[in-house]
Amino acid sequence: MKRIYVNEEWCLGCHLCEYECMFANSGLDKMFKLKGRLSEFVPRIKVEGEEGSPVHFAVNCRHCTDAVCVQSCIAGALSKTEEGTVVINRDKCVGCFTCVLVCPYGAIMPGPDGLAAQKCALCTDNGRGGVPNCVSHCPNGAIVYEERE
Amino acid sequence: MMETFIPPEYEVVRDKDLCIACRVCERQCSNEVHEYDEDLKMMLSDSTKCVNCHRCVCLCPTHALKIVKSDDTYRLNGNWSKQAMNEIYRQANDRGVLLSSMGNPEDYPIYFNKILVNASQVTNPPIDPLREPMETIVYLGKKDVEIKRDIEGRLVDTMGPQLKLTTPIMFSAMSYGSISYNAHLSLARAAEELGIYYNTGEGGLHRDFYRYGKNTIVQVASGRFGVHEEYLNTAAAIEIKMGQGAKPGIGGHLPGMKISDEVSRTRMIPKGVDAISPAPHHDIYSIEDLRQLIYTLKEATDYKKPVIVKIAAVHNVAAIASGIARSGADIIAIDGFRGGTGAAPTRIRDNVGIPIELALAQVDERLREEGIRDAVSVVVGGSIHSSSDVVKAVALGADACYIGSAALMALGCHLCRSCHLGKCNWGIATQREDLVKRLNPDTGAERLVNLVKSWTMEIQEMMGGMGINSIEALRGNRLMLRGVGLNEKELELLGILHAGQNM
Repeated sequence: MKRIYVNEEWCLGCHLCEYECMFANSGLDKMFKLKGRLSEFVPRIKVEGEEGSPVHFAVNCRHCTDAVCVQSCIAGALSKTEEGTVVINRDKCVGCFTCVLVCPYGAIMPGPDGLAAQKCALCTDNGRGGVPNCVSHCPNGAIVYEERE
Repeated sequence: MMETFIPPEYEVVRDKDLCIACRVCERQCSNEVHEYDEDLKMMLSDSTKCVNCHRCVCLCPTHALKIVKSDDTYRLNGNWSKQAMNEIYRQANDRGVLLSSMGNPEDYPIYFNKILVNASQVTNPPIDPLREPMETIVYLGKKDVEIKRDIEGRLVDTMGPQLKLTTPIMFSAMSYGSISYNAHLSLARAAEELGIYYNTGEGGLHRDFYRYGKNTIVQVASGRFGVHEEYLNTAAAIEIKMGQGAKPGIGGHLPGMKISDEVSRTRMIPKGVDAISPAPHHDIYSIEDLRQLIYTLKEATDYKKPVIVKIAAVHNVAAIASGIARSGADIIAIDGFRGGTGAAPTRIRDNVGIPIELALAQVDERLREEGIRDAVSVVVGGSIHSSSDVVKAVALGADACYIGSAALMALGCHLCRSCHLGKCNWGIATQREDLVKRLNPDTGAERLVNLVKSWTMEIQEMMGGMGINSIEALRGNRLMLRGVGLNEKELELLGILHAGQNM
């Protein structure tokens, strides 16, 4: 399946992907409407690497073949789609955050309301479809959406 | 004492309604213009530090930024421009030669914009390049003028080495050092994919780029940086740099801070020490001396590579070109006074040299008059803005064009003309690792290929319109050109008629 990969050689640590992710999942129609509301959203992609560090890379859900988060979910909220995308059903999530603890990549996090977990679903769950927003807005082609072995 | 404050020429304007304070501008600006103020909970910008490279404008996700010309003004003065005054303040503040980068930005005539191209009507009908073959392949090098046969009547091949270009465009000399590793890699990859050539400039060839040798022109300049036998033999052609359009008559100076480990190794000079190219080649003081160097290089490469001699377009360019054609060079490259640079003294860049259009027309004419036009190919550069400039240059007599500034723009350059500061936000004219990585050579090469392919399509369209199906048939075909708004002298020098004149 196509996944999001980051070529850390080209990741600049500009953090644009985080804002593009927040926007894509905010339900807002214009990005500038995020103004003053940034605390209401949490990006599902996170750029690792301190400010000024020579290495940065954006991390989001790897959609693991044997997804440990899916196995650990006590409420059956996490599941794998036919394509292999790991998705979360907010309505089923009880907010125990076991998945947050077990994810080896730190790619699941509590949502902004603190009631349920959230994670990247490759922009399939926000009505955008196509190429995920972080990929299409990466200024240096560091985040790619492709099939790999 | 406090220095005289020089107000910024451009101001960063932020639309507060649109700015979401994502701080991308702050992270991306190597000049530290933008800053998030914790007290005010908003972004602030310091325009005095801004070089107007547009990196922040391009990356701002909400398009909240723009850069405008400042309306701050001294008392208006038809004699003393604000720029002239500011330059005096700068030199009074801080002793030294003013430095500038990229091409001459002053308001001199651009002759390409005063030349119009012909098209066929009724007779000699136009050709549709989408339906019929349209040849843009060019061979650069010395051409045989007479056909020689041996005693048995078989053709004797005396043709010198040729460079084959799929389109009459090459990337001009930009050294590794003045531009980054990734910029070089982008140019090399694009040249390979396009079937054209890029030019190492005078900074030697990084060992990683030897694999692109068949699309590489290596330069031998007065500093002889990084020149050795393998360097010469790896390349497709060798260029002797006698001069550069942006700074005719002077050498080069790459500041020590740009001499990183890799640049030092490639140039074969110590790290962190300024790299000085002398103004003259200390072994060339005549055409005969030039001939010696040409044949030294030919000897070193077994006469398999064409040798290019690059000169700046200066007042006596035609006579100089004639000498070069007789010196054994295969190709003459002429760089007009608008040509780019990574750093040049402002006064030289803005006041020395002549426009490439006039230089080209005069060189082509002189070589024809002397019957030696076929002894060399002529390549021109120095602000080729578009495919129509290429068409006009070819019709004026060029075999091909060098593009430098246009190629850098394809890589992201916004002509802020601050290359000499070494903090290029686009990762082009810098050696700072965090900045160099901003230019992903995958995207860079792709964008260069897009540009040159687009230009080639446009060249084919224009050729088709003229009823010409081969770029060879356009070369020196000045009847395809007409001047507009040019005086008698200019028309005479360009060797073209005025618009409206019939042949």
